[in-house]
Amino acid sequence: MAATPRTDVPAIEVRDLHKSFGDNEVLKGIDFHVDQGEVVCVIGPSGSGKSTLLRCVNRLEEPTSGTIIVEGVDITDEDTDLDKVRTRIGMVFQQFNLFPHLNVLRNLTLAQIRAKKRGRAEAEEIARRNLAKVGLAEKADAFPSQLSGGQQQRVAIARALSMDPDMMLFDEPTSALDPELVGDVLDVMKQLARDGMTMMVVTHEMGFAREVGDRVVFMDGGVVVEQGKPEDVLGNPQHERTQGFLSKVL
Amino acid sequence: MKPTTRKRLFRGALYAIFIIAVVVVAVLADWEAIQSNFFDLDVAAEAFPGIITTAAKNTVVYTAIAFVGGMIGGLILALMKLSPVGPYRWLATAYIELFRGLPALLVIFGFAFAVPIAFQWRPPGGSAGAGLIALIVVAAAYIAETIRAGIEAVPKGQVEAARSLGMRPSWTLVSVVLPQAFRIITPPLTNELVILIKDTSLLFIAGMALGDRELTTFARDSVSSQANATPLVLAALMYLVITLPLTQLVAKLERHNKRGR
Ligand SMILES: Nc1ncnc2c1ncn2[C@@H]1O[C@H](COP(=O)(O)OP(=O)(O)O)[C@@H](O)[C@H]1O
Ligand SMILES: [Mg+2]
Repeated sequence: MAATPRTDVPAIEVRDLHKSFGDNEVLKGIDFHVDQGEVVCVIGPSGSGKSTLLRCVNRLEEPTSGTIIVEGVDITDEDTDLDKVRTRIGMVFQQFNLFPHLNVLRNLTLAQIRAKKRGRAEAEEIARRNLAKVGLAEKADAFPSQLSGGQQQRVAIARALSMDPDMMLFDEPTSALDPELVGDVLDVMKQLARDGMTMMVVTHEMGFAREVGDRVVFMDGGVVVEQGKPEDVLGNPQHERTQGFLSKVL
Repeated sequence: MKPTTRKRLFRGALYAIFIIAVVVVAVLADWEAIQSNFFDLDVAAEAFPGIITTAAKNTVVYTAIAFVGGMIGGLILALMKLSPVGPYRWLATAYIELFRGLPALLVIFGFAFAVPIAFQWRPPGGSAGAGLIALIVVAAAYIAETIRAGIEAVPKGQVEAARSLGMRPSWTLVSVVLPQAFRIITPPLTNELVILIKDTSLLFIAGMALGDRELTTFARDSVSSQANATPLVLAALMYLVITLPLTQLVAKLERHNKRGR
């Protein structure tokens, strides 16, 4: 199969995905997809396998069985160049994971130069453009430790965007932030969604899911329990487990 | 007796013991013998300039070579020990346990005498060269464990971030993991360096040509030829001049690390 990305298929398609850690089966047959340009919010109780599903999509976790197709390319196929696929999938972590020994600009240029083989000048120009996009143009020379959590997370988003990804994965991007810093990060994500970015967002921010999400997926116990339009899943949940979860978080 | 009074009395007793000990040593010591045997200016003058231009220089050069060699070997061993390939791990573990378990003196002895005889092999640089190879072999074992600990101390999220950006494992190691690992292990690595400086003194067992002698060998030869211990004191001072700034640096780095970056 040709390993070139296609635009006429879902951005992400997961079929019958199983994942076990030892005896602990964490994903029990997940079928899941994200269309191009779609914003899908994944919600569910802690330990339900949301992070594991997200991390399987760029194979930070090795699936036990099942198929994961990204823009028509089967990434569970041994012959697929994973590094190449990953440059098209931006990932934002709960703990930011900026490189603490590099300043902000170098955080944004490192992978452009090493993985995308861009020249330094081009990489820096792209980095500065993305820093401006997240409202941190003046922080190019700062080190991560000199920034607030919210600023660090926005730098992390800019770092992912600098690779010109076709889609972005977010794993609880605001969970490690002080409440007053959450808004800035969510604003950046909303702008991204408006610009048409394909997004898979694991989140506990129900307001964000309702406002920005095209679809909400509720997971529990390693399966997708319910999914649909945000107003349906969040406003009128059909399953008891969804109702139970929402009554606790809303 | 009030607790504060008792504390003050106890403190006073400690001072008294100290002063008595100093007085006893001062009275009993044979100051003339000490001065003429350890601080003889004429003997000291004899030692110059060789103790600096040859001995101290060689100590520094041997240390530098052994440290660089030990770092290269240590890095390779550390990566082998963290390798997913079993035989590499076993080999590295065996090497590290072997050479950390043996006295460095025995290893130097082996490389300087046993290996050349057994394999009809003349090490480059003569006895000093053979001894240096032994020092590198031993240093690599210790440094490997330090580097491995440093690599393991880098948070897993750092590797995940780099890999998720599409960076290959090799670039991830070079640009993300190792710079952070080496920052973490700078204090223990500097300690290894100080230990290595002192361990170059073990090279005397290899028996070295005149121009190859380092501080301890040089001092020992002077002590026997002059029947006076002053060169030993000079050598000791030289070691301190080299090691003290480094141990101070380690202390400073450790305070710095504790405060966080
Ligand atoms: N690396 C791992 N090793 C072992 N168990 C893991 C690992 N990562 C996650 N798990 C387990 O998988 C389950 C689901 O975790 P996760 O996907 O992080 O859930 P969520 O993100 O929904 O909170 C949890 O029970 C967790 O303990
Ligand atoms: Mg999670």
